[in-house]
Amino acid sequence: MQIEKTAHAAENKEWKPMIVAFCCNWCSYAGADLAGSSRLSYPADVKIIRVPCSCRVNPMFILRAFERGADGVIICGCHPGDCHYTTGNYYTRRRMALLFSMLDFIGVENGRTRVEWVSAAEGAKFSATMNEFTAKIRSLGENVRLGDLRCRN
Amino acid sequence: MQRIGVFVCHCGSNIAATVDVKRVVECARLEPGVVFAEDYQYMCSEAGQMKIADAIKREGLTGVVVCSCSPRMHEATFRKCAEGAGLNPYMLEIANIREQCSWIHKDMETATEKAVVLMRAAVAKVNLNVPLKSGESRVTKRALVIGGGIAGIQTALDIAEAGYEVDIVEKTPSIGGRMAQLDKTFPTLDCSACILTPKMVEAAAHEKIRIFTYSEVEKVTGFVGDFTVDIRKKARSVDIDKCTGCGVCQEKCPSKTAKSEFNRGLSKRSAIYTPFAQAVPNVPVIDREHCIKFKTGKCGVCSKVCPAGAIDYEMRDEIITEKYGAIVAATGFDMISLDKYDEYAYKKSPDVITSLELERIMNAAGPTGGHLERLSDGKPPKNIVFIQCVGSRCADKRGKSYCSKICCMYTAKHAMLIRDKYPDTNVTVFYIDVRTPGKNFDEFYRRAVEEYHVNYIKGQVGKVLPQPDGTLLVQGADIIDGRQVLINADMVVLAAAIEPDPTARKLATMLTASIDTNGFLTEAHPKLRPVESPTAGIFLSGVCQGPKDIPETVSQAGAAAVKVIGLLSKDKLLTNPCTAKADELMCNGCSACANVCPYGAISYEDREVRGIGVREVRRVAVVNGALCQGCGACTVACPSGAMDLFGFSNRQITAEVDAICR
Amino acid sequence: MTKAEKQAELIRDISGVDPYKCMKCGKCTATCPSYAEMDIKPHQFVSFVIRGEIEALTKSRSLEKCLSCFACIERCPRSVEPGRLIDAARQLAARERGGGFLTTEEVPEMCDPDTPSQLLVSAYRRYRR
Repeated sequence: MQIEKTAHAAENKEWKPMIVAFCCNWCSYAGADLAGSSRLSYPADVKIIRVPCSCRVNPMFILRAFERGADGVIICGCHPGDCHYTTGNYYTRRRMALLFSMLDFIGVENGRTRVEWVSAAEGAKFSATMNEFTAKIRSLGENVRLGDLRCRN
Repeated sequence: MQRIGVFVCHCGSNIAATVDVKRVVECARLEPGVVFAEDYQYMCSEAGQMKIADAIKREGLTGVVVCSCSPRMHEATFRKCAEGAGLNPYMLEIANIREQCSWIHKDMETATEKAVVLMRAAVAKVNLNVPLKSGESRVTKRALVIGGGIAGIQTALDIAEAGYEVDIVEKTPSIGGRMAQLDKTFPTLDCSACILTPKMVEAAAHEKIRIFTYSEVEKVTGFVGDFTVDIRKKARSVDIDKCTGCGVCQEKCPSKTAKSEFNRGLSKRSAIYTPFAQAVPNVPVIDREHCIKFKTGKCGVCSKVCPAGAIDYEMRDEIITEKYGAIVAATGFDMISLDKYDEYAYKKSPDVITSLELERIMNAAGPTGGHLERLSDGKPPKNIVFIQCVGSRCADKRGKSYCSKICCMYTAKHAMLIRDKYPDTNVTVFYIDVRTPGKNFDEFYRRAVEEYHVNYIKGQVGKVLPQPDGTLLVQGADIIDGRQVLINADMVVLAAAIEPDPTARKLATMLTASIDTNGFLTEAHPKLRPVESPTAGIFLSGVCQGPKDIPETVSQAGAAAVKVIGLLSKDKLLTNPCTAKADELMCNGCSACANVCPYGAISYEDREVRGIGVREVRRVAVVNGALCQGCGACTVACPSGAMDLFGFSNRQITAEVDAICR
Repeated sequence: MTKAEKQAELIRDISGVDPYKCMKCGKCTATCPSYAEMDIKPHQFVSFVIRGEIEALTKSRSLEKCLSCFACIERCPRSVEPGRLIDAARQLAARERGGGFLTTEEVPEMCDPDTPSQLLVSAYRRYRR
């Protein structure tokens, strides 16, 4: 961590948060597309990964992201009751509640992780959510990089 | 190692204006596995697709990344192109650098950086792609239309005319819907019943159409081409086959206190009733809440007078299960409740009515026999005030944010009809905007003003005050002349906003079709796929998708029918190959995956498992590819990580994460 | 028929304008060079005639302030031409004052230095014997 920060300082480069957004194909990804076609901007720090359903997001992916230096991870799915696969987002909700409290425990604050419901018609909500989430991550600053202790000497 | 080609689209200036496409191409060349990269003006054009196809053949590409618009837009286009060039279509991935990059970022440096990252993620994914092959599923050659209004009737007729069987499910005792309640239709002023009832009869008589009235969809399972639907036929208490529709039962029924739904509660009806005289089918139902026989056990008049012996008090709800290849939602609309609009005195005065109530009053078969009269004292009104946008274009919680679209035109129609039939009546319309985008619509509205001298005032009404003499003091604004207007009206008509029928929400959940913030069913694409739901095999017809007038509804109904016919004309459908699969070596048969599968696609078999140091017969999970829809719930539930999803595998998504976080 | 209604009809007759054709687009007011000095603005003339409020119209300051430049007549997209209504209202006012005609001697008295000559010409055209 310490080393990286100095590296940034040496290059005199502004720190930019790295945010991974998992979006379900049916609602949120389409909502992100709508945000785009409505030209509702949000920070470029957000990079979207398309998944068929929010319930496809394995906790391992999130851990991996934090291990690789992500500063925030957001999962977007259909509104409860509107899941294309009927029940997928309910699983997401429960799984992430568990995962996020565990992450909080090991030092990844709750503000860095979020589950949000965005429908295909909510381009404005998508953009607003991303703006708000990025602002939150910016206020939290750089994240502690998760590491595998077994690889340390 | 894959041989990957990267193709960067300018999309005219849509992408190229904010993303340095040349730099994306240069960066792509440095990515592992990439052997070829180029940019082009319009990748989706024929020339662009040729470039991809040529490169696949020339460079022997095993994977392709197209950096362009959303995969929801052109993934299918490019995959087809790749397939044409001999590449497995699932070896192609899209990096969305338009909707999720160039369109939302203004700074070229930032946008280009992001585009490069998105390209890297796609390349990282393609590096791990494997060729996939679609399976086939059968198509049940029958369609279900939910809702029997003009939208549903037209869709059903068009599908039936193409030779396919159609069932209509209608929750009320008769088909006809809202249009049956209307008196005249704009802009031609022809009588609604005269153009609707022949269609109702045609639908009922059509050999390919079955109509289930007084029925509701209870449960929907399955997927495109193979839906299984439970339909609840509510107990009608009248045998539909025996009844001749003579109407004696309705005449003799001693309970005549129920409010007629068809007349918007403005008149009473008997407990055994058909909603209106031209009902199809012309078979009454017993309203058990108001029937004396059902309430006290003593009566049975209808049974005694029925010459056909069709009355059956013992009848019960019946659930039938049918299979369908396609489902059309045509659930229509209702007017919003005006309970929260105290300022218009709707609840206080019987002479403040909604437009749909006026429609019934103007109708010859309506509660007043077609005479325009005040509901309070039966006197003909001399001053009528129409108020538009009641609940439409409302930012507050009482109303709807959208424009209900039909009110301007029907208000002009009402005003004109009243001025035509009762020239002594003064008609004033308060409006915010008059919106008449339709063929012959503006001419129609101008006729109301120029020929019929309807007094249009731009401004809203702040308050309607019932006066002791029975009149209504309307306090409005004329914002063009900049003054307050006070009118002593005898009748006030409110153009209340329309909202999706309350059943739409429940239905959307059953169909896994999405709905928007206003409760309207969402179309797959607002411009290019306006009659399809994002859920395959579900189509939208009429106002359930958004406010529409009759001509628009009929055209959309026809369009939905064509989509259904196109689907039903196929014998087999290609299934989505992005399905789950369990690694037998890792699976321990714990059932965690089957528990979360919404489709029941996972079963367990005893299989001989062979691996390094393993050779045994074990219970393992087996996914039925035809049933699996590829949600991936099981992949996360699996404690041993045996379950994976083709097209979105653990390794692929991890690779994307790595590419983004680097 | 009330007096006001008669007057309204007279104005419609004299002007040949159908006020109901007006869409309230406001182009007449937008184009009017005397807008600032008028109490009843050009687009409002139509409403006054429809409502039959002729009294207010004939007493209005706008009658004298209208330059008869015909810009509103030229540009009206609905051929309502409120300038003609103003003209007609003027005639009505003049008739009601009695005589209703101008003599050559009267003209210089009514002139103020700001009155454009075009107005004088059009007035003379209309009110001469």
